[in-house]
Amino acid sequence: MSLNVKKDAIIIKDVTHTYKTETGLLPVIKNLTMNIPENGFTAVVGPSGCGKSTLTKLISGLLQPDKGEVYLSGEKITTPRPTVGMAFQNPVLLEWRSIIKNVMLPLEIVPNKLNLQQKEQRAKQLLSLVGLEGFEEKRPSELSGGMRQRASLCRALVHKPKVLILDEPFGALDAFTREDLWKVMHNLRKEEPFTGILITHDLRESIFLADEVIVLSGRPASKQFFVKVPKSKTPKLDSLYTSKSIDMLKTLRKQIEIAQSQQEQNK
Amino acid sequence: MRHILVPLYAIIIFLVLWELLVWVNDWPNYKMASPSDIWPAFWKFKFLFFQYGWDTLWRTVVGLFIAVLCGVFLGMIMGFSKVLREAIYPLLVGFNAIPKATVVPIIALMFVGQHDLNTVLIAFMISFFPIAVSVSIGLSTLEPEYRDILRSLGASKSLIFWKIALPKTLPEFFGALKVAVTLAFIGTNLMEIVSPHGRGLGALFDSGKTNSDYPLMFAVLIALALLGIGLYYVVVVLEKIFAGWAERSTD
Ligand SMILES: Nc1ncnc2c1ncn2[C@@H]1O[C@H](COP(=O)(O)OP(=O)(O)OP(=O)(O)O)[C@@H](O)[C@H]1O
Ligand SMILES: [Mg+2]
Repeated sequence: MSLNVKKDAIIIKDVTHTYKTETGLLPVIKNLTMNIPENGFTAVVGPSGCGKSTLTKLISGLLQPDKGEVYLSGEKITTPRPTVGMAFQNPVLLEWRSIIKNVMLPLEIVPNKLNLQQKEQRAKQLLSLVGLEGFEEKRPSELSGGMRQRASLCRALVHKPKVLILDEPFGALDAFTREDLWKVMHNLRKEEPFTGILITHDLRESIFLADEVIVLSGRPASKQFFVKVPKSKTPKLDSLYTSKSIDMLKTLRKQIEIAQSQQEQNK
Repeated sequence: MRHILVPLYAIIIFLVLWELLVWVNDWPNYKMASPSDIWPAFWKFKFLFFQYGWDTLWRTVVGLFIAVLCGVFLGMIMGFSKVLREAIYPLLVGFNAIPKATVVPIIALMFVGQHDLNTVLIAFMISFFPIAVSVSIGLSTLEPEYRDILRSLGASKSLIFWKIALPKTLPEFFGALKVAVTLAFIGTNLMEIVSPHGRGLGALFDSGKTNSDYPLMFAVLIALALLGIGLYYVVVVLEKIFAGWAERSTD
């Protein structure tokens, strides 16, 4: 494994993390090493409760690893960074703000030189990119689940983060809305490149969106398996139904089963 | 227009029925005063009504104001620290369980003659509990993701409080304030009725009782009702201004 600081935007080096709970120590991540190249997009899958959300917190600096290091663009992470954007399964929009004001929220926190008008312009540009033109002044509760998740993506990207961390952002959506949002993700990536890490339970989603899929072992999670996904310039949903894709999905499925049974045994 | 006319008609019908009830039963005014007795009673003491009404009003508002400050402070402490919540909450519940009517004479004796202090103190004591509880619940039930969204950008604790925790708690706060304003008003009147020479509408009520002036007592009741309604709607208006969004989201 090469630690090329210039090429790799995210480096996770031999990271171990243990929660201290009332019932004792819970090792969640063990000796995990992985890199994501600049402007790469990696999906992480694994059994439920294996430590994926914990991994996103370690990358964003919300948690500190017990052992090992996390680097973003060559810088060791010890505290949260404004160069990170996050979106979760729950869109967590603030009901007392309009959609555009929700999207502008990071710009009120991250140091920047934009004036109010430029901030609004930036938010509007993103909102129209995800198909929310005309909904700027609506309240979150007036939008559908899929639309809220689109707005949440805009908020994650509005301050032009170098790294986008997505923790099952489409997990609560129905299948068709989810596929729509996959296309939105491809658009966003094309318009403004970022390095992305996507946690997901949906194997089709992982190979459709990511350049690489990593399967984590059962808890405590470490890298169990990975596969590179060749990407065309304009990915089509049809490509999920080619025999190549189907083989890949089968392989991933098997790996997940291995991880799951390992997690069962460790209980 | 309908918003004003419908309640107005309702009030008129209520007064007419009241008058009729007294007239049909031929009750004397010491059993039940009728609306037509009340106006003269008010007119006779109109200066006292305004002077004492003002006393009752400002004591309630000051008591409530202190209750808001202390309640929000306690609520913030309990909302942010689990340990302190576990320490303070049982004390608060115990304190709140004491019927305040029993505290009134104790306070009255403790600060004999200091009517303003006594009254404000009771108004405060009776009304801060719901505020403290609502603020602490609002803060402690803040979903961690809301915090993480800002924290992952490097936002400070106070910034997270101002941008998210505070506005998110406002609807609960105003819900509690509506309860608290009514309670504070009860507290004020309890003390005013008990304190001799204490002024305030409660004292006017008490002097009506001493002098067997029943229409005066009823007039005080009406004045209290009007004052209570006024206070309550001030809170409603504040709620509309500061937490109107919550109403829209639950439609
Ligand atoms: N703050 C915490 N304190 C103690 N234990 C925790 C904490 N957060 C998570 N855990 C435990 O750590 C384990 C991993 O949690 P994590 O949320 O990272 O899993 P996950 O892979 O994201 O699960 P899912 O796929 O269900 O979202 C779980 O067993 C969870 O109960
Ligand atoms: Mg998770």
